[in-house]
Amino acid sequence: MATDLKLPELGENVAAGDVLRVLVKPGDAITKDQPVLELETDKATIEVPSTLTGTVKSVSVKTGDKVKVGQTLIVVDEGAGAKEEAAAAAEGPKAQPAGAPEEGGLSQEATPAEAPPVPAEQEKAPSRPPARSGQRLPEDEIEPPAPAKRRGEVVDISRAPRAAAAAAQPAPASEGPPPAAAPSVRRVARELGVDIRQVNGTGPGGRITLEDVQGFVRAALSSGGGVAAAPGAAPLPDFAKWGEVERKPMSNIRRKTAEHLGHAWNTVAAVTQHDKADITALEALRKKYGPQAERQGGKLTMTAIALKIAAGALRRFPAFAASIDPQRGQIVYKKYTHVGVAVDTDRGLLVPVIRDVDAKGIFELSAELARLSEKARAGKLSLDEMAGGVFTITNLGGIGGTAFSPIVNWPEVAILGISRGSLEPVFVDGAFQPRLMLPLSLSYDHRLIDGADAARFLRWVAEAFEQPFVLAL
Amino acid sequence: MPSSTQLVVIGAGPGGYAAAFYAADRGMQVTLVDPEKNPGGVCVYRGCIPSKALLHVAKVIEESAHAADFGVTFKKPTIDLDKLRAFKDKVVGQLTSGAGQVRDMRKITHVQGTAGFRDARTLEITRVDGTTDTLTFEHAIIATGSRPTKIPPLSIDSPRLMDSTGALDLPDVPGSLLVVGGGYIGLELGTVYAALGSRVTVVEMTDGLLPGADRDLVNILARRVEASYEAVLLNTKVVAMKDTGSGVAVTFEGAADPKERTFDRVLVCIGRRPNSAIPGLDRTKVKVDQRGFIVIDESRQTDEPGIYAIGDVAGEPMLAHKASHEGRAAVDAIAGDRNVAFDPAAIPAVVFTDPEIAWAGLTETDAQKQGRKVAVARFPWGASGRAITLGRTDGVTKLVIHPESERVLGVGICGPGAGELISEGVLAIEMGATARDMAMTIHPHPTLSETVMESAEVFFGEATHVYRPKRR
Repeated sequence: MATDLKLPELGENVAAGDVLRVLVKPGDAITKDQPVLELETDKATIEVPSTLTGTVKSVSVKTGDKVKVGQTLIVVDEGAGAKEEAAAAAEGPKAQPAGAPEEGGLSQEATPAEAPPVPAEQEKAPSRPPARSGQRLPEDEIEPPAPAKRRGEVVDISRAPRAAAAAAQPAPASEGPPPAAAPSVRRVARELGVDIRQVNGTGPGGRITLEDVQGFVRAALSSGGGVAAAPGAAPLPDFAKWGEVERKPMSNIRRKTAEHLGHAWNTVAAVTQHDKADITALEALRKKYGPQAERQGGKLTMTAIALKIAAGALRRFPAFAASIDPQRGQIVYKKYTHVGVAVDTDRGLLVPVIRDVDAKGIFELSAELARLSEKARAGKLSLDEMAGGVFTITNLGGIGGTAFSPIVNWPEVAILGISRGSLEPVFVDGAFQPRLMLPLSLSYDHRLIDGADAARFLRWVAEAFEQPFVLAL
Repeated sequence: MPSSTQLVVIGAGPGGYAAAFYAADRGMQVTLVDPEKNPGGVCVYRGCIPSKALLHVAKVIEESAHAADFGVTFKKPTIDLDKLRAFKDKVVGQLTSGAGQVRDMRKITHVQGTAGFRDARTLEITRVDGTTDTLTFEHAIIATGSRPTKIPPLSIDSPRLMDSTGALDLPDVPGSLLVVGGGYIGLELGTVYAALGSRVTVVEMTDGLLPGADRDLVNILARRVEASYEAVLLNTKVVAMKDTGSGVAVTFEGAADPKERTFDRVLVCIGRRPNSAIPGLDRTKVKVDQRGFIVIDESRQTDEPGIYAIGDVAGEPMLAHKASHEGRAAVDAIAGDRNVAFDPAAIPAVVFTDPEIAWAGLTETDAQKQGRKVAVARFPWGASGRAITLGRTDGVTKLVIHPESERVLGVGICGPGAGELISEGVLAIEMGATARDMAMTIHPHPTLSETVMESAEVFFGEATHVYRPKRR
């Protein structure tokens, strides 16, 4: 009996794909679950498995064809082989009939066990996690040049879905077995605030051991994700007892910021070094060259100048552009000077990153900073434009303040805070003179940077503000 | 009596006294309120324990009759009811006075009386001698238990009508006894009276005994009950009862025929109702649901912070061992432990009939109802050496297994001693054991416990004593 094998549902929002390769030809014997073609969709390259067993009678598509869900791919003659399959399904107590409900639901995620090459390549892919949400240390910088990014990832849609779905969403209590964990282990999990259903059991039959729970907590803490927030979170009091309250959902940016800064705060051994730079001369220059910068589309702000100075400092003090990789016991030195600038927007804090700052002139930096700040305020920054920084500058001088302790933007190791410059009496050449002093606050990760180095770094920065020509030295 | 206490436990049943003792062990100052002199509650005074004492006697009677098959013939026993009652009372007395002693060693104040709420932090206590007092508390655990259900057609005013409490008092051995309700209490007490010589009839509204239990287990019991009882009337309702002076005339509706029968006594065991009608409970934020159960969270706390509820009054299943474990959870929460929850993977249920039925975890019936795919491995006791030596080959042990992970999700046993055998199954479920674990655990030979191991072997098609190869 000839049966059409049609393109099955491929998951959310995927209605069609391009045939990359047909894996069978007329006359081939195929069995259920055997891949019959590779299909490229918007999201990924997938292997389409057969739902039939028998002999391929004809192939209805060729490489390059665009096929839609429900379209016939091949025609299969379900002969004797199919009967055997059906008989086996009926006989074996554990065999599942084709299309059993548990088989349903397609996901585009690959399981490591089923598609080992993919995760390996992902690791080396030259895409960086977004600066504010990526919890993984970008490690590509010291790796050999990455291979060209694949157009997609091959996933096996016949086997991946269940595992992926199970991992993504714990099964409700009525489905699947309850968590296989001893009462003592469940108790420890509860005490630690861990949802036992999210823990992957390494024991036989998926049994969850005490070590699994502890490992889960360690992983959650070191990834600094939302998972960690749950275990540590102490119960809140009933605020309504004392007066009216209103609850509002956290915006996406606020949540990411909370997660990221919470993690940074917990991870970085932060110290803040304060200093002041005499910018009396620099301020005169800034005013003089301001109109010229404006003609070039920028605004000659203290932040733009600080960018240039920071890049110079990073060249001289490479540890301040490094990251710690505790897993490998290594320090990652980044040989580029991409510097992030904190921008205050209606929607929250955003940090666009300006690339290769040391290769750009101050006018160019002014223009680029103005453009990125505008994009940030308009909510138009791309993730790429917020990724890859090695150092961050945050300038609160426009608002006020004499000093503050910025939080290091992990996995970076240092951040320069700038407060409002003010005229101060400074004892120069035997007399007090009014000088414009700019307060500088450098927070740094003491795990990597010693206090003396931080003081030297900040002194160098302060001197560069005072004598811009040191940049050229 | 102190005027204030750190923790007051209302009710000294197996939930309440376990909670009170554990709280004292954790260093709390505890007051226990219960009308009886010693801890025990319904379980020890009027439930589990006295019924088990009588069931033991029933077992001796049954086995001595059975011994004729082995060539040992006893004379028909004579029953000294006063002495039997005294034995039962001695059992109860020994256990309750023992509980009283360990209570005193723990320096727990026991107020003999009942409690009502004046407000969310104050109790009004009425002592059994009629005097009253107030007690303020930081925390309270309500463990007031349950009582037999009464419904109008089954509540005539007649000394021939008994509930479980009355039946345990052993007023006499009636010539004929009607047990209304084919649940575990009715069947256990029916077993006692049948062994003592009553002609016992059981009437059950639904189509089978022990509603909710797996039929393959119940059927084994049903066969034996049908042989030793006068009659088992299923799909039948009692619609009227009348004390005629010489007996109770009962009118049935449903499958039974004839519809009118007369019995010397009638025992009504149609379920139990939670004792949640506590005076002044409405002065607190404690909520009671439609069925009368106090509403609680996972730590057993009610809607009133600081007031907890455990045991029968706080929800199904109404089992002593559930209550005592809930009591521990409540005390942990009161002691300030983080994220306390009562979350057992399995609560075993045992019916102490002959044969006993016991189950834990997922039943086959529930698996079917929920549409869960499970493998069921059964080991018939006909293949158990130990069962053969006992002359009791009618039993069965089965495991309900998750087919992919091979984890044991449920255990069901029918046969003598099932209530003792089930604990291994509960431990297996709690520990997330696989069928392989159970098959590889060496069980002593020759014992009934081997049936648990061999049912796991059946799952793999490798049981030594039954040939049931795995279909491939």
